[in-house]
Amino acid sequence: MTSSRKGWFGDYGGCYAPEVLMPAVEELKRAFHQARRDPGFKRELDELYRNYAGRPTPLDLAGRLTRAWGGARVFLKREDLNHTGSHKLNNCLGQVLLARRMGKKRIIAETGAGQHGVAAATVCARFGLPCRVYMGTEDMQRQALNVYRMRLLGAEVAPVDSGTRTLKDAMNEAIRDWITNVNNTYYLLGSVAGFDPYPTLVREFQSIIGKEARQQILKRIHRLPNAIVACVGGGSNAIGIFSAFLRDAKVRFYGVEAGGQGLSTGRHAAPLQRGRVGVLHGSRSYVMQDQYGQILTTHSVAAGLDYPGVGPQLAFLKDSGRAEFTSVTDRQALTAQKQMARLEGIIPATESAHAVAYAKDLAGKLGPRANIIINVSGRGDKDLKPEGAS
Amino acid sequence: MSARLMNRFKPELAAGRKLFVPFITAGDRGLDFTRRAIMALARAGADAVELGVPFSDPLADGKIIQRSSHRALEQGTNLPAIISLVKSLRRETDIPILLMGYLNPFLQPNMPSNASLAQAAGVDGFIIPDLTPEEAGSWISICRKKDLDTIFLVTPNSTSDRLKAIIRCSTGYIYYVSVTGTTGLRNKLPADVRTGVARIRRYSSLPILVGFGISTSRQAADAADIADGVIVGSALIQAMEQGSTDHDALRRLRQLAEEMVKAVKGKKYNSLVAKVKCCSGWDHRAKGLKL
Repeated sequence: MTSSRKGWFGDYGGCYAPEVLMPAVEELKRAFHQARRDPGFKRELDELYRNYAGRPTPLDLAGRLTRAWGGARVFLKREDLNHTGSHKLNNCLGQVLLARRMGKKRIIAETGAGQHGVAAATVCARFGLPCRVYMGTEDMQRQALNVYRMRLLGAEVAPVDSGTRTLKDAMNEAIRDWITNVNNTYYLLGSVAGFDPYPTLVREFQSIIGKEARQQILKRIHRLPNAIVACVGGGSNAIGIFSAFLRDAKVRFYGVEAGGQGLSTGRHAAPLQRGRVGVLHGSRSYVMQDQYGQILTTHSVAAGLDYPGVGPQLAFLKDSGRAEFTSVTDRQALTAQKQMARLEGIIPATESAHAVAYAKDLAGKLGPRANIIINVSGRGDKDLKPEGAS
Repeated sequence: MSARLMNRFKPELAAGRKLFVPFITAGDRGLDFTRRAIMALARAGADAVELGVPFSDPLADGKIIQRSSHRALEQGTNLPAIISLVKSLRRETDIPILLMGYLNPFLQPNMPSNASLAQAAGVDGFIIPDLTPEEAGSWISICRKKDLDTIFLVTPNSTSDRLKAIIRCSTGYIYYVSVTGTTGLRNKLPADVRTGVARIRRYSSLPILVGFGISTSRQAADAADIADGVIVGSALIQAMEQGSTDHDALRRLRQLAEEMVKAVKGKKYNSLVAKVKCCSGWDHRAKGLKL
């Protein structure tokens, strides 16, 4: 999934960054392409995946969900069992190794749900690097447990009070920090969004999900799945699992965006379905914006999906028809979260629960002879509030 | 170089006076206020105005311009309305006006139509900080055909290769960012501004204007000593922000702009390079570089 121009996926991607960042962006590109060719880098990363993150994560049949839904057999790729509780660590491990190779002494990151922030704080603790994580104050409130975790891990959580006080604004603030401290600072971006080379390098480090899942499903059922379902905010867990199956034309991809209170209400975070092409945070992709190019306020119960843009590779998969994008509402996601907890003893993150909710419909449509994989991108402990329990 | 910019810059520089170019956000206190502010700046002696097109996510800006963009958007400011404002201003003033803003608003509905509308209205050029020379190819050819200037930013950390590429894409002037940082007030001018300007001068004969962080008339005078001119944004916007009424805001703007003009224009031209440049043609001419 590349195009003749580096950093572009069809008409999407590119590098729209202020000049002050361009030398750092070019340096990062060089470091990444060198690391990619270096067997020593791969060995070091594989070792960390295995012995630090606890990979490979299991792929298992969700027997009771399958029976309850009465359709396709449902397999779960258990990224919730990755160290720190989500797929985000895969990317952070890869990038922190890059930062070390580049001799960077300080790490900054943005976070929405706090899962990327926790993963960034974790790798910084592991390698003894100072870490500052930007987080919208709205998200700090709704994901308070992750704020506590980041601070316990020794990271500084910088509250962002501008704009919508969510992921988009945290990213603005992280970019401003990078602009100011570009000479010594590594920006550890958490999704497949942003300017080139981030979409490519984050995909590379998340592709471990798909590589494992492909081997695991072939070993388990001796055939490829009919469909893979993943939630899509920026899109890193989705591209991570899809990427290993790109050449398997019969495997259908379903990306589930945050439907919020319903696509018709305007209160959602579904740029692939309701956005238009624009440039946000340095790459060309679908963006939720008004007719004058101002970025719209998004809404989702899942802080990790509450973002008006989406990675350029996902935009390319949409236009080429290789992937289908759909959405479920807040309410559907929360219902699915509870159902999975009760039937499988697994509490998925509210983000991942979007994929679970859509998989239910899909399982019914595809019927009992089909097999689907849900990427359970993270665990839901972060979402639990005693007063919200029922 | 666009005609209005040339008509204004050339005699100023030839007379040994440096250039003062203010930046204000369009629509902060409403577009009618912006019209009055531009007229005040013109009367104060500004040589051009960088008119900010507000964007919801101004990621290279500090707090002052963030706040003013936010206020402008609250007023419902948008690109077509800003272009109409320029059109109506052209009945009153010939001061060169450059639109400056992030890329996304210029993409809606598309860049060619915005370029056409802007040119017809009397806009003289564009500064789009997140449009890199690498991605600007088609935009530059559109602007060349319409005699619209494309001004790009050079930063202290720009590599030589990038510096050359930026100069190849630039007309009008070169915008030298004095700091590695966002826009906003600074206590003093960084020590390496002179080196940075000299580095650009090796490759370009265009006027070099220094911006970002210039907060006082003293700093403006220092910067004018080193470069061909000075760009001031946040300090002016802050002055207007402190105004209790529109009238008071205008008064503060005019006062600070007049001070800045005095500081900048008071400097005698002592650069030999600049004299050579004035005599040797004003079309874009990058020394030893292929366009």
